[in-house]
Amino acid sequence: MTYTDVLRKPAEARRRRSATLLAGCTLTALIALLAVVSLVWLPYDADDTSGGRLAGPGDGHLLGTDKLGRDLFTQLMTGSRIAVEAGLGSVTIAALIGVTLGVLAAFAQGWLDDTLAAFLDILIAFPTLLLAMLVVAARSATLGSAVLAIGLAQSAVVARLVRILVKRVLAQDYVTAARTSGTSWPRTVVGHVLPNIWPTLVVNLALQFGLAVLAEAGLSYLGLGAPPPNASWGRMLQEAQATFTTAPAGALAPGILLVVLVVGVNLVADGLRDTLDPATRRRRS
Amino acid sequence: MTLLDVRGLTVRTDDGRTLVDDLSFTVDSGERLGLIGESGSGKSLTTLAVLGLLPDGMTVTGSVELAGTQIVGAPEKRLTAVRGRDAAVVFQEPLTALDPLMRVGRQIAEPLARRTGLRGRNLRTAVTEALLRVRLPEPERIARAFPHEISGGQRQRVALAMALACEPSLLIADEPTTALDVSVQAEMLELLDTLVREREMAVLFVSHDLAVVAAVTDRALVMKDGRAVEEGPVLDVVGAPRAAYTKALVAGARKLESALDLRSAR
Amino acid sequence: MTPVLELTDVAVRYRGAAADVVQDVSLAVEPGQSLALVGESGAGKTTLLRLLLGLARPTAGTVRFDGEPLSPRDRRQLRSFRRSVQCVFQDPYSSLDPSRRVAAIVAEPLRSLGLDTRASAAPKVAAALERVGLPADAADRYPHEFSGGQRQRIAIARAIVCDPRVLLADEPVSALDVTTRVKVVDLLAELKEERQLTLVMVSHDLSVVASLCERTAVLERGRLVEQGDTRQVLGAPEHPYTRRLIDSVPRLPV
Repeated sequence: MTYTDVLRKPAEARRRRSATLLAGCTLTALIALLAVVSLVWLPYDADDTSGGRLAGPGDGHLLGTDKLGRDLFTQLMTGSRIAVEAGLGSVTIAALIGVTLGVLAAFAQGWLDDTLAAFLDILIAFPTLLLAMLVVAARSATLGSAVLAIGLAQSAVVARLVRILVKRVLAQDYVTAARTSGTSWPRTVVGHVLPNIWPTLVVNLALQFGLAVLAEAGLSYLGLGAPPPNASWGRMLQEAQATFTTAPAGALAPGILLVVLVVGVNLVADGLRDTLDPATRRRRS
Repeated sequence: MTLLDVRGLTVRTDDGRTLVDDLSFTVDSGERLGLIGESGSGKSLTTLAVLGLLPDGMTVTGSVELAGTQIVGAPEKRLTAVRGRDAAVVFQEPLTALDPLMRVGRQIAEPLARRTGLRGRNLRTAVTEALLRVRLPEPERIARAFPHEISGGQRQRVALAMALACEPSLLIADEPTTALDVSVQAEMLELLDTLVREREMAVLFVSHDLAVVAAVTDRALVMKDGRAVEEGPVLDVVGAPRAAYTKALVAGARKLESALDLRSAR
Repeated sequence: MTPVLELTDVAVRYRGAAADVVQDVSLAVEPGQSLALVGESGAGKTTLLRLLLGLARPTAGTVRFDGEPLSPRDRRQLRSFRRSVQCVFQDPYSSLDPSRRVAAIVAEPLRSLGLDTRASAAPKVAAALERVGLPADAADRYPHEFSGGQRQRIAIARAIVCDPRVLLADEPVSALDVTTRVKVVDLLAELKEERQLTLVMVSHDLSVVASLCERTAVLERGRLVEQGDTRQVLGAPEHPYTRRLIDSVPRLPV
């Protein structure tokens, strides 16, 4: 018996993990529901300013209105959609570019390997905000630009992780066995490498989703995200900042939803980590 | 005098599997006991239990008395006092036992300083002596090296020097030569044998390799699936095994060895 | 007879290394013969094995397969080489992909060499699993459900499923318990007999070498110090290093 066997997590810990997963899924699903509903139904039009400025909750407005008289809850729902879109969009870009680049970098030998590793490190050190400003300057301040910038920045992080994970798998004897069995490199990647890195990858992408949502909120706060009338949580926070003392709901509501989504996604990632971890499936003999 | 008294030791996981089942044995001071078993026999867990090193998620019942101290259920503080002074351990893979970021000399200096209170130049001399004692050539160079800069055999000698630094009354060796080359293993076993004889140190030697256990111990305990199946003087266990499992084990080892004899008989 | 595998004056030096890991090694593996490469860590055993598997190329010298130099660009040769030469690795935990079922693992050579479809591979996989002494339902399970010895049997099944002529084995039993070790050695010996397999085994364990191989080559720090009949080499070693190796093997008291 090896010591790793001894240190395996007991069943109780695993049960705790699935509770984490459940809690995370619930929180995330809450926001996802808001986002999906917002696609087909909204309480008010996005630019309907009939509600009167800074009205309190009630009177046809569940959470009141903002300083232009727009319904807060409507904006929150739109914001959920934008947040989910930003998260999914960035993670998709990060996954596509990151996995491709990471796999290629893992296969690179000698100086090419060193160069790629250094390039990824520089890209990671490059601030997302600066990258976002560059993208916005090159295109325009839209949700697409923000998502592109966040996705690009995250793809470097994903690529670096994938490079390490793939290298680890490539060092395994089963990859050598595949080669001596005549398996081509592309088939090895699809058949052996990806199935063995995806649990870790999925967990990391879930974490990146949370980070992307936060980053988008940050960019919108600075006016680099989705333009009005699309209400992003970040921009709602910025707009409500001045009136925080008189009408706190305008700032609290998007803030709370932001926390709910990010915490939810992180809990999902945490729960997935243990359920999917191949280490708990291996060496059970 | 009984140095280590294990009585009814049982280790269970939280999900109810019994890994060590009602195990009892003793080691007198100066005595050398071999714990023989294959993977999953619970032999390594037993050594961890003796040092109170079992990980969370395992429940221990029974009694482990080491030099008069009850280990089972003892608070960490009392265990720390026992480890090193009464019992020290050498593991199979020296690379995991040594701190990769610390020079070898400092790793040996720490337990030495704790026991002797030496400092400065005197401590350095003591470290060099400790390395010389395990017959490492160029002790000054080795003391300055990081663990990855020396060979596997040298690392295991360093681990042994660390274990011996505190002059424990019991040395626990868990497959200490399994990761080594044959010729290095032979030297290591010889060294271990000499050192513990000189110090009249008791040894708990854990291994799957009958021949290795026979070379360095007086008495042997054979374990299977967490239970003791046979115990006795090592020559009897190897020469005239009684339990069916021990018989199979000895037959297997002899069969492999006989191939060597057949060929070299010419 | 043309040797199946032949190394001529082979040397290997890794990128950035100051010295060769393997130097001036010449070896010939005749069909049906079994050869052991013996040596301690750093002797260059694994490097030689990688050369023989076509996974690495020598910095100097040539590797021949059926008398022809191995060329990585010759796809036709590579295919027939892969089909003829299969390998069993040391660590049965690392050599089986944990994400695949045993059926897919064992079928890999058949599928990758384009010899079979999934359907036509199934009976061959079942036959190979049966041959190595595993139950038929093993095919549907995952590697982690098996013990070390059983996993090594799965690896052997994978290596024999496409009926290779040569089996290369890298310390095939050193990760196993003694009782299991004996059984796997027996299995390899049987396979060698009934299929007239050419066996090349890398090992540090002389007793395993003695039970399986007719010829032995002893490596010390990248050089071949002695080779010949196993009886000769182990029974009457000429080189002091060989003698030291033999004397170091721990023996049971009589």
